[in-house]
Amino acid sequence: MARTVGFFTDTTLCIGCKACEVACKEWNQLPGHAPQFGDGYDNTGQLDEQNWRHVQFHERTTAKGGVAWNMMSDVCKHCAQASCMEVCPTNAIIRTEFDTVYIQPSVCNGCRDCIAACPYHVIGFDEASGLARKCTFCYDRLQANLMPACAKACPTESIKFGDLSTMKEVAGARLNQLRGQGMAEARLYGDKEYGGLHALFLLTDKPEVYGLPPAESAVLPGRNNARGYLGTLVTAVLGVVGAVFAFRERGGKE
Amino acid sequence: MIEHFVTAPQWEWYIVWYFFLGGIAGGIYALGAILRLMGDERDAPIARLAFLLCLPILVLCPILLTLDLGRPLRFWHMMIDSRTFTINFKYWSPMSVGVWVLLIFGVFALVSFLEALANLRTGRAPFLSGGLGRAFVTVGAVFGLFLAGYTGVLLSVSNQPVWSDTWALGALFLASGLSVAAATLSLASRLGRHERSAEAKLTRADRYFIVLELALLIVFFVSLGAAGSRFLAPHWMALWAVVLIGTLVPLALHFSSERRTPAMLAAALTLAGGLALRIVVVFGAQM
Repeated sequence: MARTVGFFTDTTLCIGCKACEVACKEWNQLPGHAPQFGDGYDNTGQLDEQNWRHVQFHERTTAKGGVAWNMMSDVCKHCAQASCMEVCPTNAIIRTEFDTVYIQPSVCNGCRDCIAACPYHVIGFDEASGLARKCTFCYDRLQANLMPACAKACPTESIKFGDLSTMKEVAGARLNQLRGQGMAEARLYGDKEYGGLHALFLLTDKPEVYGLPPAESAVLPGRNNARGYLGTLVTAVLGVVGAVFAFRERGGKE
Repeated sequence: MIEHFVTAPQWEWYIVWYFFLGGIAGGIYALGAILRLMGDERDAPIARLAFLLCLPILVLCPILLTLDLGRPLRFWHMMIDSRTFTINFKYWSPMSVGVWVLLIFGVFALVSFLEALANLRTGRAPFLSGGLGRAFVTVGAVFGLFLAGYTGVLLSVSNQPVWSDTWALGALFLASGLSVAAATLSLASRLGRHERSAEAKLTRADRYFIVLELALLIVFFVSLGAAGSRFLAPHWMALWAVVLIGTLVPLALHFSSERRTPAMLAAALTLAGGLALRIVVVFGAQM
C-alpha cells in the first residue's frame, strides 16, 4: 500500500517526557546506551545507532529574564535528496514504497560512508552488528498499516504522522496560527531543505540551535565531486609533466 | 562557510594506512610507466623495480579496507548488488568508483609485476615493450594516478568539517602520493645497486612533486579558510610540523647533495611526512 508519509514535529507542544524515545526503543528492540548525566534533563545525548528519537532540551532566557526550554524530539529526516543514499556504495540504503529512507540490514557492510555524509548526525555505527543503523520510520509498522511507535506514544501530539501532503498543510496552518497569536519567532523547517524532508519541524528559534543546518548549509556531498576530481586531474597533469621533464633529462653525474 | 552537524564515521588507522599505501602503489606504477616510456635503457632496472614493488604494496590495500568494514565478509556488496546480483557502480560515489579502480588497477599491477619478475629472472626484454605494451602501462598509470588521488575526493564527498570544506584534498593526496612513491622507489633502489643516473632522475622528479605538494598545502589551507582553525591544537600542529619537515628538508637535500646517505634520509623523511599528512587530515577532521 504505497503512500508518501511524513512526520510533523511541533516543538511548541513538546513537554520533554521522552515517551517517543521509550516507545521507539521498545518497538525496535534497541537496548540504548547508559544514560549521560549532565547539566540538564537530556540524558540521551544524541541521535545514533541506539537513539532513533532524541528529545533535545535547550535553555533560553525569556524576555522577562526567566529561563525557558525549547524542546524538540529529533529524528531522521528521510530527506527527498538523501546524502546517505547518495554515497552508499552497496545500495543498502533504499527508498521504500512509503518514500522513506531505509538501511537494509542484510545488505549494509558497515563501510560508514553514510555516517560521514548525513548532515543531521542521524546515523550511528553499531559495533555489535557491524552495521550502520538509524530510524526506519517503523517500516514494519507502516507495512502493517500502523503509525510509527513514537507518534503513537506522544501524549501531546507534538509528533504527528500522516501523508506528507497532509503534514505540510497541518504544519502551515499551525505556523499561521502561532504567528497570528504573536509568536513571531515561530518558523517551519524541512519544507525546502534537501528537496523537502519527510520530517517537518515547527521551531521557535534558529535551526542551528537545534542542530539543524540552516538552508545555506543544507548541501549534498556530491557537490564536491566535480571540483575534487578536476583539482586531482590538474595535479596529475602537472605531476606527469614534471616527471617527464625529470626523466628525459640526461642522467646525473656518474 | 558551511556549518556542519555531523557524526564522525570513525575512519581510523586502517583507512590512514590504506590512503598512504594506495598513494605509494598508484604513484609508483605511474613513475615506473613514465620511466619506461620516457627514460633510456639505464632506467629500465628502476622501472622494473617500480613494477615489482607496486603489487605487494597494492595487495595490502583491499585487505585494510576489508578489515575496516563492520561486516568484512560482505566486502563483495561493494561490487555486486547482493539482492539482484547485478553490478554496483555509482560514478557519483567515490567509494564505489574507488573499489572498481582498485580492482582494475590490480590487474594492471599484477601483469606488470609478472612481467617485471620474468624480466628479472630471464633477463629478456619486457614483453610489454611494444606499442601494445606502452599503451598497457599508460592506461595502468592513469588508474594508478586515480588511486593515489581519489582518496582525497572520497573524504571531500561528505558533509564532514574540513574534508568537505575544500576541493583540494584529492590534488594534495596525489601530489603527496607521487612524492612518497618517488621516495619509496629511491629508497629501494639505493638499498639495492642501481644506476646512479636513474636515481638522480628520481630525485629531480621528486623536486617537482614536493614543490607541487607545498603549493597544494597552501591551496588547501586557503580553501579551508576559518574551517582550518581546528588544526591549531598542539597535537595537530606537531603533525603539520612533521609534514613540513617531510617536504622542506627533502627538498633542501635534493638540491644540495646526490650522495647516498642524504638521499636515504630525504626519502625516509618524505615517507614520514606523507603518513603524517594522512593522519592529521583523517583524524583531525573527526575529533
